[in-house]
Amino acid sequence: MPAIEANEVFKIFGRRPERGVRALQEGKTREDLRKQGLTAAVIDASFTVDPGEIFVVMGLSGSGKSTLIRTVNRLLDPTAGSVVIDGTDISSLDGAALRRVRREKISMVFQHFALLPHRTVGENAAYGLKVQGLNRSDRETRAEEALGMVGLGGWGASMPSELSGGMRQRVGLARALAAGTDIMLMDEAFSALDPLIRREMQDQLIDLQQRLDKTILFITHDLNEAMRLGDHIAMMRDGRIEQIGTAEQILNNPVNNYVAEFVQDVDRTRVLTAANVMEQPVAVLGAGAGPQAAHKLMREHQLSWLLVVNRDRTVHGLVWSHQVATAVREGQEDLPLYRDGLRFTTPDTTLNDLFVDAASSPAPLVVRDDDGHLVGVIPDVTLLTAMANGQPAGNGQSPESAPPGIQTPTDPSTAEVI
Amino acid sequence: MDDQEGTFIPVIEVGEWVEGRVDWLTGNFREAFRTFSDLLGTLINGLIDALLFVPPDLMILLLALLGFALRSWQFALGSALGLSAVVAMGMWEAAMQTLGIVVFATVVAVLIAVPIGVLAARNRVVSNITRPVLDFMQTMPAFVYLVPAVILFGIGFVPGLLSTIVFALPPGVRLTELGIRQVDAETVEAGQAFGATPRQILRGIQLPLATPTIMAGVNQVIMLALSMAVIAGMAGADGLGKLIVESIARLNVGLGAEAGLSVVVLAIYLDRLTAAIGGSGADKSLGAMIRRSKGRSMAQRVTTGI
Repeated sequence: MPAIEANEVFKIFGRRPERGVRALQEGKTREDLRKQGLTAAVIDASFTVDPGEIFVVMGLSGSGKSTLIRTVNRLLDPTAGSVVIDGTDISSLDGAALRRVRREKISMVFQHFALLPHRTVGENAAYGLKVQGLNRSDRETRAEEALGMVGLGGWGASMPSELSGGMRQRVGLARALAAGTDIMLMDEAFSALDPLIRREMQDQLIDLQQRLDKTILFITHDLNEAMRLGDHIAMMRDGRIEQIGTAEQILNNPVNNYVAEFVQDVDRTRVLTAANVMEQPVAVLGAGAGPQAAHKLMREHQLSWLLVVNRDRTVHGLVWSHQVATAVREGQEDLPLYRDGLRFTTPDTTLNDLFVDAASSPAPLVVRDDDGHLVGVIPDVTLLTAMANGQPAGNGQSPESAPPGIQTPTDPSTAEVI
Repeated sequence: MDDQEGTFIPVIEVGEWVEGRVDWLTGNFREAFRTFSDLLGTLINGLIDALLFVPPDLMILLLALLGFALRSWQFALGSALGLSAVVAMGMWEAAMQTLGIVVFATVVAVLIAVPIGVLAARNRVVSNITRPVLDFMQTMPAFVYLVPAVILFGIGFVPGLLSTIVFALPPGVRLTELGIRQVDAETVEAGQAFGATPRQILRGIQLPLATPTIMAGVNQVIMLALSMAVIAGMAGADGLGKLIVESIARLNVGLGAEAGLSVVVLAIYLDRLTAAIGGSGADKSLGAMIRRSKGRSMAQRVTTGI
């Protein structure tokens, strides 16, 4: 059962907003509605968030993402559509039942922290518990626990005004954690923080999420943040969700030009991993084979190198075609193995960590899993191609197939690579 | 009647209509009004008697100490000197009578104004209805209330008190509404998001965060009440106002100056005192102040300049 399920959610502001939903369903645009005095903030948004994942809604200001997140705990009532939390359709709940869902299931972290300035850090962290009606001593214990989790142990007696921005948002986070809900909504939670602190908070959030297994719906306008945090990312524009997918899917298969243009500035090397770009070797040689077999295999596939693997698929070494040719000519029995220069990596290493190794060796990078088994190879040219693929789709030519010398000015991706 | 020459607009006798209403009220509810008037008169006289029961020297000391607790020793010293001057001018009794009316009117006005302000902040309809009513109350010249009030409630403290309440009420409502509307929307959302009830949000978030603005409103209520309490002297309410009216009638410049100066002393004292309670920023809310005074020693409070 998904933790959050939004079905065809519309949120339209203005008088008699229902007519806007009908108009949109009949194919009218957002601008048509504006002429009638209606603002369509969220249009036909559907998504599901699985328990224990970080689902990021990414969009620029005015894209409707903050409105969307507020329909999830019904701070705003959706104009049409339904939101199902843990199997309960909250669209139809009355005030008391809705408050119960908010107390027990969903907590929220706000962009500008939304702390109570007249209450101590400890009282702020305990706010959700106070609302739940917990007694003072239990409240204090759990609030102190939550403050400890976010690295603010011992700050309970301070006032929020005595804290820095990053620390205040930690209090906001602690307040949400202390409430003990499985789902946390985070509305641009790190956007008001400076980049260094933001980075630190992202790391902390990932760490907390892995330890506590919370379901997190995270809103941001920062694509790098979205890529870093999100198990799944929904790209929003003008009230509509344009694409939902993993960071790799959105980078490598943008559904339209908008998403493509959006992601072109992303530092792909920090998002893509070895597993995303590696290739299966065309052929591999068993460790027991001799130069003759290697020579034959390499001629068949027109290879300049060939990996030699043991029976359990651990890597034994690599042979170069010119050395194999020499060995065959001189009648040697043993393979001329190349091992010292070989560089290894793991599938989840990001590309930016591969460049040094790739540059220091003439051989392709070898990707092994944790047990040392061969899972793929990354030749230098593959690494470069992977980085270039994020450019707008262009004429669809892959860099390798573009004829050398012909550079189309409208397509910088091929031009850069060749 | 000359006004009606050259116009097609018919004559409407608003004055006659109002007179008729007031006559009707006095005719039918005389007893009720008198009873209400007696009750209110007893209360206000009790308050004034209590203020006058304390010897002036002790009262000045108490008021100065209050000034010290809420503001500073300089303010305490200044108010002690000013209030002593009131005694020296022989205006103490009249000043306490005026203070009594101001305190009573302020308490009643705030008790009415804050709930209405809260309602207006939460409900657009209430807000739309109260706004013109408040405009009317505030802009109608204050003397105009006095005459029907005297007819209904008789000469004395009560008509002065009631017109003072009516006149001083509006800023209390307005600033309460403004204060609550100004509370950061995200903070209110935080309350909702954690499942707080509207009452919990009002008491735990909106009222505390609106306190500085509400206190600015209370300050305005007090200042208006003081200005009106002087006018209330015309309706026969004892106090500085009555002395001023007397000084005008008898062309007694000296009496007018003494009573006038006493009003100034009272006004400055009350203004600075309530401004200190309002303060700036939520840190100075009454609750925070009480917590602080519980937690910290007097010496610390002096050094932090509260």
